[in-house]
Amino acid sequence: MLLEINNLEVLYNEVVLVLKGLSLAVPEGRIVALLGSNGAGKTTTLRAVSGLLKHENGAVTQGTITYQGARIEGRPAHEIVRRGIVQVMEGRGVFDELTVEDNLRAGLAVRGGGRRAAGELETAFGYFPVLKARRRQVAGYLSGGEQQMLVIGRALMTRPALLLLDEPSLGLAPLVVGELFRIIQRINREAGVSILLVEQNAQMALTIADHGYVMEGGRIMLDGPARELQDNRNVREFYLGLTEQGALKSYRDVKHYVRRKRWFSS
Amino acid sequence: MALPRPCGDFKRSWEADEAVFPTAFSRGALAAFLLLLGLAPLAAGDFWLYLLNLCGIALVGAQGLNILTGFTGQISLGHGAFVGVGGYTVGILATRLNVNPVVALLAAGVAAALVGLLFGLPSLRIKGFYLAMATLAAQFILEYLFMRAAPLTGGAQGLFVERPALAGLAIDSDAKFFYLIMTVAALATAGARNLLRTDVGRCFVAIRDRDIAAELIGVNLFAYKLLAFALSSFFAGLAGGLLAYYVQAINPQGFTVLLSVDYLAMIIIGGLGSVLGATFGAVFITLLPELLKLAIDAVGGWLPIENIFPALREIIFGLLIVLFLLREPEGLAKLWWDVKAYWKLWPFAY
Repeated sequence: MLLEINNLEVLYNEVVLVLKGLSLAVPEGRIVALLGSNGAGKTTTLRAVSGLLKHENGAVTQGTITYQGARIEGRPAHEIVRRGIVQVMEGRGVFDELTVEDNLRAGLAVRGGGRRAAGELETAFGYFPVLKARRRQVAGYLSGGEQQMLVIGRALMTRPALLLLDEPSLGLAPLVVGELFRIIQRINREAGVSILLVEQNAQMALTIADHGYVMEGGRIMLDGPARELQDNRNVREFYLGLTEQGALKSYRDVKHYVRRKRWFSS
Repeated sequence: MALPRPCGDFKRSWEADEAVFPTAFSRGALAAFLLLLGLAPLAAGDFWLYLLNLCGIALVGAQGLNILTGFTGQISLGHGAFVGVGGYTVGILATRLNVNPVVALLAAGVAAALVGLLFGLPSLRIKGFYLAMATLAAQFILEYLFMRAAPLTGGAQGLFVERPALAGLAIDSDAKFFYLIMTVAALATAGARNLLRTDVGRCFVAIRDRDIAAELIGVNLFAYKLLAFALSSFFAGLAGGLLAYYVQAINPQGFTVLLSVDYLAMIIIGGLGSVLGATFGAVFITLLPELLKLAIDAVGGWLPIENIFPALREIIFGLLIVLFLLREPEGLAKLWWDVKAYWKLWPFAY
């Protein structure tokens, strides 16, 4: 296993327990999807892995995060990037006043500067041709989809072994989402980068993922190969919005009969 | 940040839920504190009473700056000069025109508020570091006026202020001043705390947290920023007026940029945006140099470092502040919160 999280507990502000014994694993070279409703603790899980908890006054109180055989919980974020885990935050985060190319070069800081970067730049432009066309433009003026591509490209510049993606589809048009996910899949196949993907768009995520986890209330409620999850009755109804017949669910029916989530009996 | 409520303490109305002192215990603690404070002059010597009075005056000014910088997010490096405007207003009204002290104090507040309003004008166009520079300019312009408008301000010598008399009662001792200052300080603190719970207070915080979103829900940025400047300077003017009456002599050296920095230090160490924090910060920053002085005097008897005392004191002062902020970046208010939460929730914090 490339990344293994075992029985993780995360506490914010010394009073709010967000992760209550979460365990998951990302095998080498695979895409793992982490699904769940708002507030389930998906982003917290990513923050715990990438070392961003302390900005939110959070801390790992129990459990372990093991990456390539070494314990990394509580290590500072810049060190974790050096080890090969890079997180792409929710809501973009481009460096507004740098050009596209300078944004990408900034991703080389972890490897000692961006002077000789032709190879890496070509790789990033290979995945995201639209960035190449705009390489001299100031990043703040890119569209939402292009900005999302830019931050993923920037993360790739660090030559990661594990990419943590936090809702890459946020606020993007369905067509752009489709394109983005195809590129994510290519990055996984061609560069061999393992990916832990947090998504609200469960349909898309399960299409490209090998394995999926479903979180609720700070715990993993269900996991299995992505194909099986797509067929799971609960996942279909609560995350994919589909009824048994495969038709879109009508709100008229919801009013009369709300089926409860019963993870362990289905 | 809301403190966890005790078990079984349920509220049935919005008013009860919003109460500043929500439980019988907290109200009892407030009453006990006020009682102890009221009795303080009986127990404290002149020196301690003097320090308490300075704390009270600093508290009024700090609550003012907290409204501007803590609530509204507009940094000001000119607060010391606004305090000065209040001081000179009282000085001029009391010496030249023999005005009633209550009227003079209110006039000090209003005069400072008007000046603050004027120097708040750039705040619509500039933010952050740039606003800091603009308010620093206000500081220097006002300092220059204190110095140069000699016919009015007495120039470098400054003004001498008579001790005030309220309704025939001469306020001529530290103890009598104590009650005057603490009354104003209590009103200022209660005012600042209540401001935070009003529509105006919510608009201030909205401007601080996300100014564009505030504008989009209909907050008039310009009007509210100016209001924040005016309110903040009003408090500063009151503090300056009290200071003028209390120390009886005002001159330009008392209201330099160092005073502005002291006020910023108070609200930052206390915890930005917290009324309780501003209170703690004002007391802390006022007392720390004096306590350091006492400590060094005590040690100085048997250490041959007499000549470098003043420098040493400044260094320790600065060092303590940096170390404290490293340990507790969110200030004394957060420390207080942590301690309270610990006792309330122990042993099951989560």
